[in-house]
Parts: sequence; C-alpha cells; structure tokens
Amino acid sequence: MKLVKVHITLKEGVLDPQGKAVQGSLNTLGYDNVQEVRVGKYLELTVNDDANIEQEIEDMCSKLLANPVIENYSYTVEEGVAQ
Amino acid sequence: MKFAVVVFPGSNCDRDMYYAAKEVLGEEADMLWYKDANLDGYDAILIPGGFSYGDYLRCGAIASTSNVVNQLRAKAEAGVPILGVCNGFQILLESGLLPGALLRNKNLKFMCHFENLVVENNQTLFTSEYEEGEVVSIPIAHNEGNYYCDEETLASLRANNQIVFTYQNNPNGSAADIAGITNKKGNVLGMMPHPERAVEAILNSDDGLKLFQSMLANWRERYVAGA
Repeated sequence: MKLVKVHITLKEGVLDPQGKAVQGSLNTLGYDNVQEVRVGKYLELTVNDDANIEQEIEDMCSKLLANPVIENYSYTVEEGVAQ
Repeated sequence: MKFAVVVFPGSNCDRDMYYAAKEVLGEEADMLWYKDANLDGYDAILIPGGFSYGDYLRCGAIASTSNVVNQLRAKAEAGVPILGVCNGFQILLESGLLPGALLRNKNLKFMCHFENLVVENNQTLFTSEYEEGEVVSIPIAHNEGNYYCDEETLASLRANNQIVFTYQNNPNGSAADIAGITNKKGNVLGMMPHPERAVEAILNSDDGLKLFQSMLANWRERYVAGA
C-alpha cells in the first residue's frame, strides 16, 4: 500500500476570494502580520502498490483532481500504513 | 425540432429547460438520465443548471468524467448545437468543450437576481434573433460564476468572436465581463445566466426566449426545406 498526499493550490495570479476572506478574519483577530492567505485542497489517496504509480497519480491530478486552468498540484508517495 | 435535456444527479434546472423547449417554444423535448442517455437523433442538447454530484471537488468536475460527456464530445465535433447553462456551463468547461474555468464569485456570495446582459455577438445559432448590442434581462443564480482564463485564451476568444454575452454590471468578477462564450465552431454555448428562467412575462422577463427561438430558426433554415 502507498499513501499519496496531493496538494492543490490556485495558480499565482488567480483571485482567491476565500483566501482573502480568511486573511480579513485573521487581521480582525489582530494578526496584522498576515499579508496574504491562499486556500487550497489536500487529498489523501491510499492505493495499491503499482510500478506505474507516479504516472498514474500524475494522470489523476491532471484529469480530475486539479483543474490545470486555475490550479497547480504537487504530491508525495509514501509507504502506506495498514488500517 | 427535438431537444435532449441531460439530467445528472443534482441537476435542478432540468424541468425549467424542458418546459422552455417543450411548452413555451412548443417543440419536442426529452429529459435523459445521464447514465442511459443516447444522444443520437436529437437536434440540440441542453445541459441544465443545478449541482451535479453536489459540486464535490469542483463544480462540474465529477459530471465531466461520465460517459455521456464522451457522447457530447462527438456531438460537438459533429456540429450539433449544445447549450450549457450555469452548472451546464461548468460541466462544459471541466470537459474541455469550452476554454477557461469558473472561480468563486468575487464577493464570495451566492447571487440570485436579474442581470442585464449585452448581446455581443448575434451571429451565432443561439443569438440570431437578438440585435447586436441588445441589452436583455436574464436571471443569474450562482456561487461560482466568475469566469477566468489566461490572457492568451482571452485574446483568442476575442479574435474568434466567441464572447456572446457580457454583463452590463459585472456581478461576479468575470474576466472581460464575460457571461457566455461559444467554442470556436460556434455550436457549443456555455453561459452562467439562465435564459430558461426568462421565457414568459409571468417570470418577469421573456428575454431568454429569443435564444431558444434562434436555435429553432437556425435548425429550420438548415433542415426544413422551404420553411
């Protein structure tokens, strides 16, 4: 088993209204040092061992998990822990 | 003329779309469940608004992986008119049938009200009954209608006259005030505002009806001799 950790973020330059709202709230709480917040997604995939895993994850990210028009993605593949 | 309305789990404007085509326009229409939809034999395909698959992951993303989308691709290629409204627009973008993507509204609010749209291009099979520059009142109802594309795509949209509707008072932050675009060929239209909700005076506007009438007029011109 492998544990794949996928991080998805909006591309630089793409407006992130959700991040802006969170930043506003942090500033309201007094954290004036927060200049910008970008909200992204984190996904965990538990997958069977497979020689092609890197290529498959790449395909999954570009076909469905991320929208390449507006989002960047990165991932790591780690040894999975038995449930 | 025969319309197909493709129904996904979570579609909620399917009946409005069906009503506009069948009852107001007075043409044939079928609602087709996405799993067993066969799009052969239909003169136009309507992808309604709603929340397909609960908007999980991204609006329209899960629906874009369903088998019916492969049929849509083939029909788009064959020149069949395809109209995607709201979530239907999101599905067309996620499927790559139209360029760009939709982000959350700039003000983070779900918005549901009438907006004035400008008909930027009346030389399409969806807008031929409108005047160029005509201002029409069509309702919006969306949370993620902020159209985004890179500069290169925007230039290409402009160069090919693919921008069909713009907002007079951009409510959601869309690039270049875009409310609706077509593919290069002009037979696939995606738009966030809901023309099917503006087809009778009792709905406060019938400005959306001309869109369906344009589709019908175009079809008659092409396929009905002497009409």
